[in-house]
Amino acid sequence: MKIREVARLMGAEVLCGEESLDLEVTRAFAADLMSDVLAMVQEEGVLLITGTVVPQVVRVAEVMSMGAILFVRGKRPSAATVNYAAEVGIPLLATDKIMFEACGILYSRGLLPAKRKALPRENGPRD
Amino acid sequence: MAPATKALYKQVFPVKSDLESAGKVSTEVRRILRSLGVEPEVVRRAGIVCFEGEMNIALYTKGGRIILIVRDDRVELLFSDRGPGIADIDLVKQPGYSTAPDWARELGFGAGMGIPNMEANSDRFAMYSRVGVGTVIRATIFRRCHETCGGNRAPGT
Repeated sequence: MKIREVARLMGAEVLCGEESLDLEVTRAFAADLMSDVLAMVQEEGVLLITGTVVPQVVRVAEVMSMGAILFVRGKRPSAATVNYAAEVGIPLLATDKIMFEACGILYSRGLLPAKRKALPRENGPRD
Repeated sequence: MAPATKALYKQVFPVKSDLESAGKVSTEVRRILRSLGVEPEVVRRAGIVCFEGEMNIALYTKGGRIILIVRDDRVELLFSDRGPGIADIDLVKQPGYSTAPDWARELGFGAGMGIPNMEANSDRFAMYSRVGVGTVIRATIFRRCHETCGGNRAPGT
């Protein structure tokens, strides 16, 4: 799904990355916990849906080669964070919708969930 | 252990005990690896390992440093800090175990996945710690892993 389409469906404000709106996000992963993003996302170009607005969110997206970030629940990152995202080329969108609604709409329009990598030792014996 | 090949690149990055700048080293390491033409999958894994290690230093320690060494056949990341150290290393390697304060969790970190995730993304992973002194981690990611080690893990690790 094109980032432009994500923004349209979400009624989202484009905080940065206007020039990249015609790029595609492959799949989506929704979490407030960056630890989970770091441990579970395995593909590139994934849309990150989150209500966490600390500067490290953009750095996580950069390290994980994610396609774009959609901030939910009316949360907005700081201007410095937006500037950094613009610098490294990660489009940022912000919607007032809660995460559940944002995910529901995008899923119903065909955006697929990111494949989740099993946690280390997830399938091992419980001790 | 196979003898290490000559270092093509080496850089030391100080890491402050400060959340504001946490993550900067990892994005810089990523850029360096890319510019050196390191394989994308290796860059990705090194980026994750570096980020988790950097966050740990920034969140829990009095500061430390990360050393990046790029060799023909591997990327090495050495993390060291000035304490407080870890009493039970086996415990921190368990997914979900965390001593993170609430403020770290509110920032989206501290779920007890950092060390397991570093280990999962490394081909070799060694960790030493002394309470009151500090912690040292050596994470190795093989390049052209399919040729040299036949999988994600090096033999004997």
